[in-house]
Amino acid sequence: MHDNHISPDVNSLSIIFVPMVLALIAYIFAAYVSTLRFKKPWPVHRTMFWILGLLSASAAVMGPVAERAHTDFTLHMVGHLLLGMLAPLLLALAAPMTLVLRSLPVQHARKLTRFLKSAPVGILTNPIFTMVLNVGGMWIIYTTDLYIGMQQDLILHVLIHLHVFLAGYLFTISVIYIDTTPHRTSFVIRSVVMIIALAAHGMLAKYIYAYPPNGVTITQAERAGMLMYYGGDAIELILIFILCFQWYKSSRPRLILKNNETSARNSY
Amino acid sequence: MADGRDLSQGQEGYADRHLFRGRNLWGGFLFGLGLVAFIDETVFHQLLHWHHFYDKSTTDIGLVSDGLFHALSWFATIGSSFMLADLHRRHAFWLKRWVGGVFLGAGSFQLYDGVVQHKLMKLHQIRYNVDITPYDAVWNITAFAMIVVGFVLLVRNSFGQQEGKRNAR
Repeated sequence: MHDNHISPDVNSLSIIFVPMVLALIAYIFAAYVSTLRFKKPWPVHRTMFWILGLLSASAAVMGPVAERAHTDFTLHMVGHLLLGMLAPLLLALAAPMTLVLRSLPVQHARKLTRFLKSAPVGILTNPIFTMVLNVGGMWIIYTTDLYIGMQQDLILHVLIHLHVFLAGYLFTISVIYIDTTPHRTSFVIRSVVMIIALAAHGMLAKYIYAYPPNGVTITQAERAGMLMYYGGDAIELILIFILCFQWYKSSRPRLILKNNETSARNSY
Repeated sequence: MADGRDLSQGQEGYADRHLFRGRNLWGGFLFGLGLVAFIDETVFHQLLHWHHFYDKSTTDIGLVSDGLFHALSWFATIGSSFMLADLHRRHAFWLKRWVGGVFLGAGSFQLYDGVVQHKLMKLHQIRYNVDITPYDAVWNITAFAMIVVGFVLLVRNSFGQQEGKRNAR
């Protein structure tokens, strides 16, 4: 049994450890630069979100959970929730792109903004595209032999983890607007996307419960399916709350604004 | 703020809630849907363990329907709470219309669950290893009764609305 699985050695651990530490250092450095430049300090809670997000992603790819995830499908699912849902949400709440724009020299920041406004980025952050990327990718992993393949091939293993994380991050930033978001879609479209994504996630969870992927025992698949179902619910709950809260703030009745704000809005 | 309140309420104290008749109804409807789904999940799945997470007879379309309604109910619970807050913020909350919506939403979802999901799609049954007929009857009659109550409340408040308009004039 064990021969089929990659034993996590020192090399594979350090491969993952290095970018995490770099991301942490880069963020803190940028926060420092931004604070110096703008007088107004970069919010501490954003830095906390960044640290928690990196910890969550790290927990999924190294340490005890990741180690046992190779043989225990339930823990694989814990890792999936951490890497594909919780870490992206926490990292998105840290607003890294806003921080980058604030800490770069103006010329470079302008170039970056132009890039963010470009059509390809528009497609990458389109909620319908990110939903297909995210949920479609998951369906393929768990309903084909890709799951057993990723346990045997290191490159496939790394690529799939990278896909799960990136697809999760793009999906998160395409439905809730915490960070700089040049390409925006309406609240209704994002709501529908959120409902379909959550539904597909729940369906896949029940599908895994009923039809375990190759190489997974029924008991493990049942526990993993329920974990995926309820764990996914919990994290989506936060996403839906933020989305609805943003609707609530943006749809505030204009007439109840303070006098000066009202006149400012009516002046153009 | 004082000025803002004058502007929003104006001389016609009830004007706002008539502008938001639809939001009162749909906010209530979604809240009712979310409420029934929540009771279904906590009481029947988690506390009583009558409902099963997955039933071997579940059809594919049942899985799809369950997934969609589960997701919709999550969204409805949170979304309708914010809609409720929004109605209060606009001084446009209309209790009877909202409660009518709650009954209509709750009843509709329970009837759909009881007839389509349990029976046609065989998602799962209300309870296992017992004679299911009385359970189904109670389930669906309650659902139907809630729909009727919802309709009565809404129809009555359509008349109430015309009175309100007359008073305002």
